[in-house]
Amino acid sequence: MTPFSNAATIRIRGLVQGVGFRPHVWHCARALHLIGTVQNDGDGVLIEVWSASASALDQFCAALQRDCPPLAQITAIERRRLNHPPPASLTDFHIIASAATAVHTGIIPDIATCAACRADLTDPANRRYRYAFTNCTHCGPRFSIITALPYDRVQTSMAAFPLCPTCAAEYADPADRRFHAQPNACPSCGPQLTLTHPDGSAVALLDGDVIATTRQLLRDGGIVAVQGIGGFHLACDAAHVAAVARLRLRKGRDAKPFALMAADLTTIRRYCAVSESEAQLLTSPAAPIVLLDRLPPCQITGDDLAAAVAPGQDSLGFMLPYSPLHWLLLTDQPRPLVMTSGNRSAEPQVTEHADAYQQLGGIADALLLHNRGIVNRVDDSVARVLLGKTHMLRRARGYAPAPLYLPDDCVTNTTVLALGAELKSTFCFVTGNRALLSPHLGDLDNPRTFAEYQRMIAAYQRLFALEPAVIAVDLHPDYRATQYGRDWAARAELPLIFVQHHHAHLAAVLAEHGWSRHGGKVLGWALDGLGYGADGTLWGAELLLCDYCHAERVAHLKAVALPGGDRAATQPWRNLLAQLDAAGVWSTAVARWSNVPIMQLLLAQPVDLLRQMIAQQINSPRSSSAGRLFDAVAAALLPEYAMQLNYDGQAAQALEMLARPQLAAAGDGYCFEITTDAMEQQVLEPAPIWAELFADLIAGVAPALIAARFHTGLARALVDSAQQQAARFGVTTLALAGGVLQNRSLLVQITQRAEAAGLRVLTAQQVPCHDGGIALGQAVVAGQRYVSGGKVGAGRAM
Amino acid sequence: MSLSPAPACIELTHGSGGRVTAELITNVFHRHFDNAWLRQGNDYAIFTPPPGRLVISTDAHVITPLWFPGGDIGCLAVNGTINDVAMAGAQPLYLSAAFILEEGFLLTDLERIVISMAAAARAAGVPIVTGDTKVVERGHGDGCFITTTGIGVVPKGINISGDRAALGDAILINGSMGDHGVAVLAAREQLHFITPPQSDSAALHSLVAAMITAVPELHCLRDPTRGGLATTLNELAHQSGVGMQLTEAAIPIHAAVRGACELLGFDPLYLANEGKLVAICPAAAAETLLATMRAHSLGREAAIIGTVTGDAQHLVQMKTVFGGSRLVAWLTGDQLPRIC
Ligand SMILES: [Fe+3]
Ligand SMILES: [Mg+2]
Ligand SMILES: [Zn+2]
Ligand SMILES: [Zn+2]
Repeated sequence: MTPFSNAATIRIRGLVQGVGFRPHVWHCARALHLIGTVQNDGDGVLIEVWSASASALDQFCAALQRDCPPLAQITAIERRRLNHPPPASLTDFHIIASAATAVHTGIIPDIATCAACRADLTDPANRRYRYAFTNCTHCGPRFSIITALPYDRVQTSMAAFPLCPTCAAEYADPADRRFHAQPNACPSCGPQLTLTHPDGSAVALLDGDVIATTRQLLRDGGIVAVQGIGGFHLACDAAHVAAVARLRLRKGRDAKPFALMAADLTTIRRYCAVSESEAQLLTSPAAPIVLLDRLPPCQITGDDLAAAVAPGQDSLGFMLPYSPLHWLLLTDQPRPLVMTSGNRSAEPQVTEHADAYQQLGGIADALLLHNRGIVNRVDDSVARVLLGKTHMLRRARGYAPAPLYLPDDCVTNTTVLALGAELKSTFCFVTGNRALLSPHLGDLDNPRTFAEYQRMIAAYQRLFALEPAVIAVDLHPDYRATQYGRDWAARAELPLIFVQHHHAHLAAVLAEHGWSRHGGKVLGWALDGLGYGADGTLWGAELLLCDYCHAERVAHLKAVALPGGDRAATQPWRNLLAQLDAAGVWSTAVARWSNVPIMQLLLAQPVDLLRQMIAQQINSPRSSSAGRLFDAVAAALLPEYAMQLNYDGQAAQALEMLARPQLAAAGDGYCFEITTDAMEQQVLEPAPIWAELFADLIAGVAPALIAARFHTGLARALVDSAQQQAARFGVTTLALAGGVLQNRSLLVQITQRAEAAGLRVLTAQQVPCHDGGIALGQAVVAGQRYVSGGKVGAGRAM
Repeated sequence: MSLSPAPACIELTHGSGGRVTAELITNVFHRHFDNAWLRQGNDYAIFTPPPGRLVISTDAHVITPLWFPGGDIGCLAVNGTINDVAMAGAQPLYLSAAFILEEGFLLTDLERIVISMAAAARAAGVPIVTGDTKVVERGHGDGCFITTTGIGVVPKGINISGDRAALGDAILINGSMGDHGVAVLAAREQLHFITPPQSDSAALHSLVAAMITAVPELHCLRDPTRGGLATTLNELAHQSGVGMQLTEAAIPIHAAVRGACELLGFDPLYLANEGKLVAICPAAAAETLLATMRAHSLGREAAIIGTVTGDAQHLVQMKTVFGGSRLVAWLTGDQLPRIC
């Protein structure tokens, strides 16, 4: 037998580029004395390998999988026999240059600084000691710096920094942790920091040290705009009362909680309870903001946070430093920093120096800048752990653009672009078995966000070589995203598929749970603010009997007027008035409940005009919205939130917080009446709860218990209805989606009751339950409808 | 001679073309509109046009209620068409009017409307020189519909058109937004506001004449009627292939309208106006134009509200009073809630 008579080509698919996979292959091959080559190409990693023994090849394949680098994700290893001998010139195992072919490989998200790099940073003997742009193959920026594929330095914003000889040697050495680390850099060749005043002039530095000076500024109560990985933050000392107050005032943000960054878990544990799974999430490579339960004030020892960090909140959003710059700012800092996204209220996060000066110059006392360009804006992700599982509330840095994989039988060869909803917008491409959900982009009525949205769609097309064949949009005619998709489909003569808002919400949940195309129908409660319904009315709490292709409404909350349209979404009192009016108890309320504080507040409003609007249907469309029902109850119990909300979901969140401690005492809660309408749909009628609720208020029952009775009663009615419909249609799975399910008490109660009733419950975890998840659902529904639906005309609706 | 007493309301015979029709025409229309052309008794008006390019525009007027604070269907029918002609930069010369009346409509009401039209036409100096009347059966109309057509002439050297907005141009309006829309809604729905909003119905041609005299290089004029300022600006942006950047704080809105919109949940930028215009002119001429508008009784609250920008997508953006910015959408239809 000749040496190297056993040979194979091995194709590795998955997230295997830019994650140290080729050096991993190289190490495995050398250890087994194999000869051959490894290269990146459009399909992933391609290996040609020759061995003297057959078993060495098997061991090689096993090792490739077993010792896979932390950031790599192998989806397939395909091994084929190779029948020719190795070229005479080949005497060893080599990494060879990337082959430029069609792109089917993934791009990994930005990854928090790894332990090895952190050690480099803090070692005075290391040449990267205190260097803010330290990274390696296992960590550092990726998506935020890439302009095109293949992922090579020249195609990133590191192209402007030629490697010095030392860095170049690391880059070229397969045995080095920085082998082919595209953003590799050191103090002599890489990006640098500068600290400037808002007018652009340099800040006088303490000992020439930018970091030390910034730390001093922060300690003194200054606000610093910090250029990070995916955008700018506004930072200040979270325990500095005046600094936090100033930040609120200057940012024009009254009440919405600020995100925090702390040096380590120990610091976070001084303020919040952190479970094992929460600690894992905080320290994961994605390093998201994690919402954590706050400790009671009496348990906090020193350095209490300024109350204005998160007014009235019983949880805090904490993250750990995820870039070397953050580590340097926070090392040995006993107090957390406020790290809120660097933007004016309602604007997207700033990524460019010029914008930073223009938009943040009036907010920050100084700007901490660097010269490594941010190519793709990525906000911080936000997640929380509930019932032991991670639930994403904002999916961005560390997660996007990693794909979600579709169930095998949902894979088609049609590329779908789904354009998402109006608020908390994202888009999603589906191609092959991958769903590429964009990072959170924001509200599309903001021109900068809308521009960013279009830029990001173009970036995805470029990076993943995508050309949509089908466009999916929401039914709402006035969503920017709908109009954008409509124009695109008309221009490119592509099929345009409309997907009902709540069907999309639920389909997203099915897709992330790998629900099979042939898995049959499920029931799904979409508990939401507002979505355009299949019947042209406005929906918001629908039980749908659905699979990917079809959705049928089988139950819903009773539709109640939204007096003033969108105004009702920001002024809870309007919903309370509408609910009392619809329940037929308004005159009772005026006559008998008028000494309840909220009634006095209501009666000081132009209620006659509002009731006239409702009766005459003047800008008072009816909607089965669950969100507005929560607002109505919140208005009744928490009059301080009744008049005007500062941010989306504020009243409902306060109501949930009020209810949580009393849930166990709430018994069965208030009774919703369940009736059946002319269309054979169940209607959950909230009318009866109002008399009970006001009777409790008058009897002096604690508002917390009343709030708990409402939550419990609603959860019970929702599950009762689901259970009856499950029996009727022979369905055993209940999906839950919609923005209202950010309410953890409601989610937990529904889940527990439904599971007790024998239903399998699926909730939104990897993808937000709110409109940030809509695009995924739209894409999957459209793809499945397209392949099963037959004829669709160009630019025509389906 | 008819032996029966004169009918108090419109009957089908009023539209028969017979003597009763003639009596109606003589006693109501000719009496109030009175001018040389009508006195000739022809079914047309004949005249020699002055030099210049002729402009013609037509508008059908349907409104409930027929009377509202600040106006009625009559003055609206006259001013609306005069404004359409004036938006070409033209001097309106003559109007025609066609009435579709519903059987049972009170003659006194018709006469009130005709008197209002006559007063508006006289005030504007634009005679109603020909017309027509038809009657539809009870239930087939809503009292009274009026279609008017106007003819005017554009002075030499004036070239105003919706496709002429250019990068850097200034955008001006002659006063507050939303008055007509709220006034009509309040009247129709009998909503009682403490300060009842008043329609702004007015003929704008004398204002336009002053504007084109002061700034002959004016690029665009348009009256933001149905759909309001937001819709008009989106139309102009598309027609000219440009974007627009507005400043919310610069857009005048009367307190009564603002208050009503706050309660009703309407955005005043989408509400109809009947005595307002949008003007777009080179930036260098903006101050002159503004001063000219403010010197006119129909432009006292005139304001520069934004600029024309380059934008391949023709978006209309607005800097909000809170310092943020938002897109001013081109809505499909009514203002529908969108917040999820
Ligand atoms: Fe939604
Ligand atoms: Mg017209
Ligand atoms: Zn590292
Ligand atoms: Zn270097």
